[in-house]
Amino acid sequence: MSPARTQAEVEGRRQRARLWTTSGPGLVWIMLFLLIPSAGLLAIAFFSADDYGNPVLPLSTQPFQQVAGFSLLGWDAGNIAIFLRSLQQAGIATLAAIVIAYPLVFFILSRPPAVRPLLLLFVILPSWTNQVVRTYAWLELLGPNAPLSWLAHSLHLLPPELGLAPGSLAVTSGLAYNYLPYMIVPLYASAEKLDWALVEAGRDLYAAGIKLFWHTVFPQTLPGLLSGVIFVAIPAFGDYVVPALLGGDKAMMIGSLISAQFIETPDWPYGAALTLIMLAFTGLGLVAFRIFSRKLGGTGETAI
Amino acid sequence: MEQMNRDMHEPPLSGAGTLGAISLRGVTRVFAGAVTAVNQIDLDINPGEFFTLLGPSGCGKTTLLRMIAGFETPDAGRILISGREMQDVPAHRRAVNTVFQSYALFPHLNVEQNIGFGLRMRGVKAPERKKRVDAMMELMQIGPFATRSATQLSGGQRQRVALARALVNEPEVVLLDEPLSALDAKLRTELQIELLRMQKRLGMTFIFVTHDQHEALVMSDRIAVMSKGKIQQVGPVLDVYEKPRNAFVAEFLGLSNIFALTPSTAHKVQTVLGELDVAEPLQGASLAMIRPEKIWFYPATTARERPNMFPGVVRESIYMGAATQYRIELANAQFITGVETNNKAAERSWCPGEAVLIELKPENIMLIEP
Repeated sequence: MSPARTQAEVEGRRQRARLWTTSGPGLVWIMLFLLIPSAGLLAIAFFSADDYGNPVLPLSTQPFQQVAGFSLLGWDAGNIAIFLRSLQQAGIATLAAIVIAYPLVFFILSRPPAVRPLLLLFVILPSWTNQVVRTYAWLELLGPNAPLSWLAHSLHLLPPELGLAPGSLAVTSGLAYNYLPYMIVPLYASAEKLDWALVEAGRDLYAAGIKLFWHTVFPQTLPGLLSGVIFVAIPAFGDYVVPALLGGDKAMMIGSLISAQFIETPDWPYGAALTLIMLAFTGLGLVAFRIFSRKLGGTGETAI
Repeated sequence: MEQMNRDMHEPPLSGAGTLGAISLRGVTRVFAGAVTAVNQIDLDINPGEFFTLLGPSGCGKTTLLRMIAGFETPDAGRILISGREMQDVPAHRRAVNTVFQSYALFPHLNVEQNIGFGLRMRGVKAPERKKRVDAMMELMQIGPFATRSATQLSGGQRQRVALARALVNEPEVVLLDEPLSALDAKLRTELQIELLRMQKRLGMTFIFVTHDQHEALVMSDRIAVMSKGKIQQVGPVLDVYEKPRNAFVAEFLGLSNIFALTPSTAHKVQTVLGELDVAEPLQGASLAMIRPEKIWFYPATTARERPNMFPGVVRESIYMGAATQYRIELANAQFITGVETNNKAAERSWCPGEAVLIELKPENIMLIEP
């Protein structure tokens, strides 16, 4: 064996050692806390439930039938309604976050560069507090005796004995508020790199107002927007805290439904099946979104 | 050049009139921090003219162009395009189109869509739009890459698309902000001529901003030389080069020899070189200027039978292909730069150390202000 060959072998071994010491811990972490529990969940979804809701043999497809709405009492649209409501709430919350984030991002960018990091910090600051605490604060804002509810009463938008929370509007607001920073930060990153010469070119070529925004600013901020949509829509879709606190019984979302299967009226296989279906839909949604964003953005480097 | 001259005499496609005229009156722009970028500028640009704003970076030429486009608002003064006041007219309502220095092509649109953008924004219907875009692409020879993304083009192609995107709107005035500065020398020369032909053919007013004096000389009908927010001189290319008004213009447009003068008798001035005969009347000028290519060289043995002939020694000779630049030391330790075309046999050019006789013909000496 020539010395050069040995040299190459030593180099190769070193490279492998470096690879394992750097990426090894991460891989172990993902295996232990993500892949193995997920596989367990996958398995549980195919078991039957005993009287206490624990998974037992024989294997069964009953949990998935439950997800589809079949039970001892026949078929019920409840789950589908909850699923659609989750989609709708997440969708509206995402839209609201977009509508709020755009002006805010450009407001921050219009400030002197030295002030911008501070303003961004103010955006992120609330998320240092626990989500439950912040959601309780919204309960105070929208509850039956809060000023906003009085306003709604006096405009006859709401019967006088009710508050804005619990209710769908409260859930939407709570979700939009909670995930707003995750829309603002990626959008800001895109907007910061905006090529203003393109905006001038748009003005030069007779575009103004909404048209100017749509043809020059929007395409340039699209990568950030798409990341933001994913960061907001996916957690909002599966959120548990906000609908549990602000939604009450009438605005149940899929996150609450799943948690109920593990806490209140245990049925682990059913809960696991619900989780799997939710994950599958999220995955499908991401794929569809990626195809859609490729068509829109063309760069393919957006978001995921 | 021969072919270019022929093309330039083709009649313009669109009529001129007052359409495309630009007038600036006392235009001033002061930036935050009290930098006066553009200071009290009065300027008239004729319809169908290729007009160049020439000056070093920071002289205010781009700011002036941006005010005409409507991207900047003058702090004082009036801008008129085709006789109409532009004070309250926003950029998107002005009948001018800009070719940006960075081209600013829309990266999410292809070439065709980029060119059609302005027409689309103005609500020109798709079939009519396609017809006009196609015609422009044919004129500019863009056809082969019409459906390519704007991000996949070479520098020269981008420049063409940017120009087509402006021209297709048939603007009264086309504004060009150093559109050739990012290109390599050969492509640049080609595109200069192409741009010039296009302008003569379409008969639109072009306002061209550059810091490259050679480019300005090649392309312009008239030039405004700017410095520190002011116009130093406006005029036809020939006048600005041959008869610069002051030292800045003389030095910015090519090489020059400049000497302080004190008047002696009529048509005679005293300089460090000695007494010079001049053809021009003095009129308060305090400097004498002569271009290097206007200095005549003779062998040292030649008789000094005419005025303004001085003996000297060649100290430096820089061969530049078509011409050679010489640095001559004159009798009283003064240096002068001369350029001679290399139209003689190589052995007849002047070598360092060689004694020569130079002549500064009176009609070539310009009397200028500092």
